[in-house]
Amino acid sequence: MQIGAYSFGDTPLNPDGSFRNTAEGIRTLFDAIVLADRVGLDYFGIGEHHTVSMPASSPGALIAAAAAATDRIILGSAASIISTDDPVRVFQQLATADAVSGGGRVEITAGRGSSVETFPLFGHDLADYDRLYAEKLDLLMTINNSPTETVSWSGSVRPAIDALAVVPRPVNGRLPIWLATGGNAASSARAGRLGLPVSYGIIGGEPHRFAPLTELYRRSAAQAGHHTENVKVSVATFGLVAPSKAEALERFYPGWHTLNVEMGRLRGWGAPDRRQFDAQVATPGAYYVGDPDDVAERIVHLHGYLGHMRHFLQGDFGGLPPEHLHESLTLLATEVKPRVARLLAAK
Amino acid sequence: MVTTIGILGAGRVGSAIARTALKAGYAVTIAGSGPAADIQLIVDIVIPGASAMSAAEVAASADLVVLAVPMHKFRSVDPATLAGAIVIDTMNYWQPIDGELPEVATDPRGSSEIVADHFATARLVKTLNHIGYHDLETDARPAGHPDRHALAIAGEPQAASVVAEVIERFGFDAVYAGPLEAGTAFEPGSTVFGGRHTAAELTAELEFAAAADDAA
Ligand SMILES: NC(=O)c1ccc[n+]([C@@H]2O[C@H](COP(=O)([O-])OP(=O)(O)OC[C@H]3O[C@@H](n4cnc5c(N)ncnc54)[C@H](OP(=O)(O)O)[C@@H]3O)[C@@H](O)[C@H]2O)c1
Repeated sequence: MQIGAYSFGDTPLNPDGSFRNTAEGIRTLFDAIVLADRVGLDYFGIGEHHTVSMPASSPGALIAAAAAATDRIILGSAASIISTDDPVRVFQQLATADAVSGGGRVEITAGRGSSVETFPLFGHDLADYDRLYAEKLDLLMTINNSPTETVSWSGSVRPAIDALAVVPRPVNGRLPIWLATGGNAASSARAGRLGLPVSYGIIGGEPHRFAPLTELYRRSAAQAGHHTENVKVSVATFGLVAPSKAEALERFYPGWHTLNVEMGRLRGWGAPDRRQFDAQVATPGAYYVGDPDDVAERIVHLHGYLGHMRHFLQGDFGGLPPEHLHESLTLLATEVKPRVARLLAAK
Repeated sequence: MVTTIGILGAGRVGSAIARTALKAGYAVTIAGSGPAADIQLIVDIVIPGASAMSAAEVAASADLVVLAVPMHKFRSVDPATLAGAIVIDTMNYWQPIDGELPEVATDPRGSSEIVADHFATARLVKTLNHIGYHDLETDARPAGHPDRHALAIAGEPQAASVVAEVIERFGFDAVYAGPLEAGTAFEPGSTVFGGRHTAAELTAELEFAAAADDAA
């Protein structure tokens, strides 16, 4: 199983709680990716996000930079908000990063994003939400699957492309394209029908309850005749690793609290509740926060339900000190990953 | 007596309510926006035991209908199919998903009152909107359990009492808030929304909201 991390960027906070420069959040994230590569993490995902607290708006640019500064780690968007971006540009930017990486280390995960800042930002109408997503995903796949540089496509959300060159091509012919979903059944069925690998973002509830969705995904893929190695599942969750569970909880809670206060203000729910937090940080909860044994055991427990091939964690929000992120990434690679491998082999 | 619950919307909320209803012993029919065949595989795997149908068939088959479609799509549900029916409105005006809905944003009334204008001949009851869809399945507890939470209900008393019995069987204490107007006390932005409350705590919150309303 691949073990990884993802981030939306995490703008550091001043002692009074106000934000420092958003550029610092990007630099911290870049350093974290380089470290993740050094210590042997399998994957790092950059989620497109457009808020002051989470400023990783441009996964393509960051992945290109990281591709040049790393050797082994797989780099991907997690996710690219494809509905409001230009799939031609998303493809070109990630294919460029792929070329820089030497080839085979760059992926795209296409999603629609759970928040919709990108609609007003890029001048799209939320009323077109479904159509934009379906058509732009189709365009992205058409470009990726094209045997040559020359691409033709037509649809309703943009003018047709008539035999134009889209360059560069990925080093290995195609980029892996994943479909991101937060648990809507129709999205699992869609990923299966399209024969795309699926990435579940599980930010609450009980992750093992996604088991029927993975079955729906695999059955939809089989029904559509996809029996390729492309039919696979990855899982993104909150999580942070520290030498002891008590330290991990102490490090993770303040950022989680800050994030939830911000979200609550935006979306109209009340103050976050410590009981809710406590329920989520142990099986069957959704936050993989703990010491290496605890986190490894819980990943393997979930694997028994979902059969996923990659699990990646986000722990940096609400101004997590970089040294805590670094220790978590290091422990994930050097302690959690071998434990997961051992536990899975013993099954 | 309610024996069959019909659900309009086979998304996150509709699926979670469907599974909860099946577990509580109800028969469940469910529809998406299209024909039954579109959601057949989804229902077979994700909501085993429920019957996939068209929306009109769901409305005709059920003793109680649950509206679980996005707020910006409620007008796509034909009100004629719900004439006389008891209908639970689970919908919230959720800007990140619904975008700007001026008709809701500029109307001082609660969202369910606006929805009720569209379903003028249905008996609309507001509930199940202030609990997250994840939590519905994980938080259900048998009556009398110390961890049992409460859900608020607003609507005309007779229809509300039918719904209250269903909520109790789902695994939650039902707390009556008053007529549909009282539903504003548990919309997004209220102290009730998204929180977890015992019946006593919820009653106190609703009384507080009603008193604040009277004072205003
Ligand atoms: N998120 C929460 O925790 C939560 C909690 C309580 C209440 N709510 C409210 O519950 C509602 C549903 O949310 P959701 O997250 O479940 O949305 P969702 O996952 O997008 O699902 C919506 C479902 O409604 C279907 N639909 C649309 N128009 C329809 C029609 N005319 N007849 C029948 N089905 C129709 C859609 O089918 P197609 O795919 O075919 O269009 C889809 O299956 C929203 O109003 C939300 O505010 C949400």
